Amino acid sequence: MKARTRWDAVCSVADLVPDSGIAVWTEDGPVAVFYLPDRLPALFAISHTDPFSGSNVLARGITGDLKGEPVVASPLYKQHFSLRSGQCLEDETVQVKVYPVLLDDDQIRLEIPVAQAAVAA
Amino acid sequence: MSKKTLIVIGNGMVGHHFLEQFAASEAASSFDIIVFGEEKQLAYDRVHLSEYFTGSTHADLAMGTADWYAEQGINLRLNEQVTGIDRENRTVTTPKGDYHYDELVLATGSYPFVPPIEGKEHPACFVYRTLEDLDAIRASAQDGKTGVVVGGGLLGLEAANALKSLGLNAHVVEFAPRLMPVQLDDDGGAVLRSKIEELGVQVHTEKATTAIVEGDEARLRMNFSDDSHLETDLIVFSAGIRPQDTLARQSGLDVGERGGIVIDNQCTTSDPHIHAIGECALWNQRIFGLVAPGYTMARTLSAALNGDSDAAFTGADMSTKLKLLGVDVGSIGDAHGQTPGARNIRYNDEQAGHYRRMVVSSDGKKLLGAILVGDNSYYDTLLQYALNGIDLPENAESLILPESQGGAPALGPDALPETASICSCHNVTKGDICCAIDAGCSDLGSVKGETKASTGCGGCAALLKNVVDNELEKRGVEVSKDICEHFPYSRQELFHLVKVNGIRSFRSLIRQHGKGYGCDICKPAVGSILATCWNDHILASDHVPLQDTNDTFMANMQKNGTYSIVPRVPGGEITPDKLIVLGQVAKEYDLYTKITGGQRIDLFGATLTELPEIWEKLIAAGFETGHAYGKSLRTVKSCVGSTWCRYGVQDSVGMAIHLENRYKGLRAPHKIKLAVSGCTRECAEAQSKDIGVIATDKGWNLYVCGNGGMRPRHADLFATDLNDEELIRAIDRVLMFYVRTADRLQRTSVWMENLEGGLDYLKQVVLEDSLGIGEELEQHMEDIVGTYQCEWKTAVEDPEKRKRFREFVNAPEKKDPVQEWTTERDQRRPVLESA
Ligand code: SRM
Ligand SMILES: Cc1cc2nc3c(=O)[nH]c(=O)nc-3n(C[C@H](O)[C@H](O)[C@H](O)COP(=O)(O)OP(=O)(O)OC[C@H]3O[C@@H](n4cnc5c(N)ncnc54)[C@H](O)[C@@H]3O)c2cc1C
Ligand code: SF4
Ligand code: FES
Repeated sequence: MKARTRWDAVCSVADLVPDSGIAVWTEDGPVAVFYLPDRLPALFAISHTDPFSGSNVLARGITGDLKGEPVVASPLYKQHFSLRSGQCLEDETVQVKVYPVLLDDDQIRLEIPVAQAAVAA
Repeated sequence: MSKKTLIVIGNGMVGHHFLEQFAASEAASSFDIIVFGEEKQLAYDRVHLSEYFTGSTHADLAMGTADWYAEQGINLRLNEQVTGIDRENRTVTTPKGDYHYDELVLATGSYPFVPPIEGKEHPACFVYRTLEDLDAIRASAQDGKTGVVVGGGLLGLEAANALKSLGLNAHVVEFAPRLMPVQLDDDGGAVLRSKIEELGVQVHTEKATTAIVEGDEARLRMNFSDDSHLETDLIVFSAGIRPQDTLARQSGLDVGERGGIVIDNQCTTSDPHIHAIGECALWNQRIFGLVAPGYTMARTLSAALNGDSDAAFTGADMSTKLKLLGVDVGSIGDAHGQTPGARNIRYNDEQAGHYRRMVVSSDGKKLLGAILVGDNSYYDTLLQYALNGIDLPENAESLILPESQGGAPALGPDALPETASICSCHNVTKGDICCAIDAGCSDLGSVKGETKASTGCGGCAALLKNVVDNELEKRGVEVSKDICEHFPYSRQELFHLVKVNGIRSFRSLIRQHGKGYGCDICKPAVGSILATCWNDHILASDHVPLQDTNDTFMANMQKNGTYSIVPRVPGGEITPDKLIVLGQVAKEYDLYTKITGGQRIDLFGATLTELPEIWEKLIAAGFETGHAYGKSLRTVKSCVGSTWCRYGVQDSVGMAIHLENRYKGLRAPHKIKLAVSGCTRECAEAQSKDIGVIATDKGWNLYVCGNGGMRPRHADLFATDLNDEELIRAIDRVLMFYVRTADRLQRTSVWMENLEGGLDYLKQVVLEDSLGIGEELEQHMEDIVGTYQCEWKTAVEDPEKRKRFREFVNAPEKKDPVQEWTTERDQRRPVLESA
């Protein structure tokens, strides 16, 4: 059975920082939301947790592109993560979670897996 | 002999380019030049107009400076519209008076065409041509939700993107059955449409607007001829341009049936003393709505006025390559295949949204034209085949096939003939580039400076780099290392570009001189250069995304995501009261406290949210940021010196404090450390610092380019027995020369080791002023010293900047769950299983 998900509003457009990331708290843990206004799509969301340090810091990395792939560089040890797939470019065995994101009026929504209990309620 | 007068009407892109050419020519000395511009601003880069919405200012877009006009002795009269020409008496009229001319140049450009639709005068209807138009659109968009662009051509789609960037739901209404009817065919238009709709811009084709009336839900309602309608808060008309030929009509010059001032091959109108160039000019029944042909006309006219009888404008290539809403679109030559007998080769991948079409001559040998949608990496090669009439390879289709399907690699620069045009804006051929290299240009930057190639629309940047690298390599020159994949320049070259062109944002730098979106290598490097050049606050919104996290949050990130706080303690001197405040604050926030190796105090373990609160308290107690996070001045260590020490010969603490306060905040390629010792016993370890100062009984000895750290280097003795003033002057010059010329992340020690001529050269530059830049270096330093601000003070006082310091923007009370703590030696420290 496909896991249940829900589109949760996590912040508003005004909270975003162009060309950079912010962190939000979701039922699925901390998520980093990036806004790259010169690109389309312009919004990306990946896990905020840096898999190499275990710390919640990815939203605070520098964004950009490498060979056309939109990326963020971890602020701690500088590995790059694709904003589209979550793939670490330096280590093919490492990948962070990616969340579908959309703009609904002025709210940013993330598609978050919902715990079974929450669905039942 | 009295001078003649040349008047230019219109200070736009082409008018400005003409003046650049003409002012540098021989004939300039026999003319007084007057320029009239109707707009308030000096000529600016209209091609990049949309960047005005994404952070560029008029200064970023400006084509020249008022100083330049003054230096050339040109009388620049902005905000003064010419209202009439009297050809008989050879005068022009403005609201301020009449002016005589001997030669007159019309460079009045064009104006946007607004179709005669009822209601088009509504205040929420706009056009898209000038900075003022954009100001008005921005203001109107503020309380709107939806915006419609009328016209699905090149400019219309660009305007739609701009509306989107203003946060509006954007629609495009096009009369024709497809987008970009001029450049694309039906298939290409369809691919472009589906890509653009995927991006959230709604496209309505085959719609004729009949009236604009008050809306029910939005400000306006557009009624269409098929009885459908659309509600919107604002409308931008982008339905084509019309040449601005009003003055020519009024004064009886020949104009075309559908507008445009008729010119001959020398850009002269039906009156031999009146000339026309740019978008207002009609040559051979054609108007050229692009900047490159306008520039060619400008060069032609300048040469003709200099008596060059060969000068002739003979038409121009209208090929274009652009990114519209992030989608690549290219159109080359005879894109629609109108040449008799032309044949087509098409590649269409609907899945990926890629469409490519080649129009080939009937014998299959030459490329006549092409259309590209979705991927412009094929453009440069195709354009060279078309422009230079290069014979197509046998399997010509390989030129538009993806490489995985047997596509041909790009045409190497060696295959291009000497006459191949590399930069069409400035008419630079491959031959011109080879000449520049043979005449001594040894890198891309100098070739650009010499030939001006790639300083117009920038579209030729990649090709130019290819050709230059190839030619340099052929001549055995090792090609210099680029800073990263986004800029074909070293840090030093970037510094020059920023400084010389007055560039103030990363965006305009990468648009004009780079490609892509940047990365963690070039962004901080450029951030540092911008800070050195203009000293803006590092949290100014444009600069935020450029900084390493430590710079962004003005604190050093620790392994668990918390930050450390290092207030400045100049020279290591601190009052008991200030020590007490540090203790109190550390206690209140449970911060681990340590004396650093740099004679100050580090407080560890603050969360993002706590940073501004803590700094508010520290600032109230008189502390400033210590820049422990920045590539900038760290500490100036001191020993106790003559005030207390029985051996001291000078006040080392006083000098250290003075130096620290002078250079604090200076941004550099890497961190800078100083130290001052009060006598030759050297308790401050000055000889291991970037700048070391040791007292003598006559003054100070100066040491430079020392380093501790990973690869220690003893500093070199640079000058002896300097008095206070001489010492400061020498340090100003050394530091500024370092800041300007070092590579990114190069400490002074490594810089010195790579400096051609080494210590002796540096001495000549600084002490003997061999380059004649001594005063300039001092002045630059003085400017930086004069504009210092404590970044933390500015940040805590600004609610917008403080917003950045929220750990989770939607959950202010949430504590980061991975930040676990334990106690060791009576202080808190993080628990973190290492990954
Ligand atoms: C706090 C401190 C250690 C201490 O507890 O004493 C320290 C701590 C760090 N040092 Fe250091 N260095 C400290 C004095 C030094 C010194 C001694 C000095 O300045 O007299 C040196 C050698 C002198 C020199 O720089 O020439 C030193 C050479 C380095 C280096 C190697 C630089 C080099 O050129 O090889 C690095 C790495 C780098 O900068 O790339 C470094 C980098 C670091 C970083 C920034 C590492 C990092 O990126 O996280 C540490 C951050 C601390 C923090 O979060 O605040 N630290 N570091 C000292 C702070 C001094 C201050 O008040 O500002
Ligand atoms: C949004 C946008 C994007 C574009 N993108 C591209 C592109 O990608 N590539 C490309 O090649 N081209 C592009 N263009 C077209 C390009 O900008 C023009 O080709 C170029 O500006 C023409 O230069 P010009 O000097 O002839 O006219 P302008 O730059 O329009 O200058 C004419 C000036 O004359 C002034 N003037 C007019 N009448 C009078 C008077 N009576 N008295 C005093 N002053 C007067 C006007 O106010 C104006 O400032 C774009 C244009 C726009 C608006
Ligand atoms: S020596 Fe290494 S561990 Fe110690 S503070 Fe410097 S960088 Fe950190
Ligand atoms: S082609 Fe426009 S700058 Fe070279």
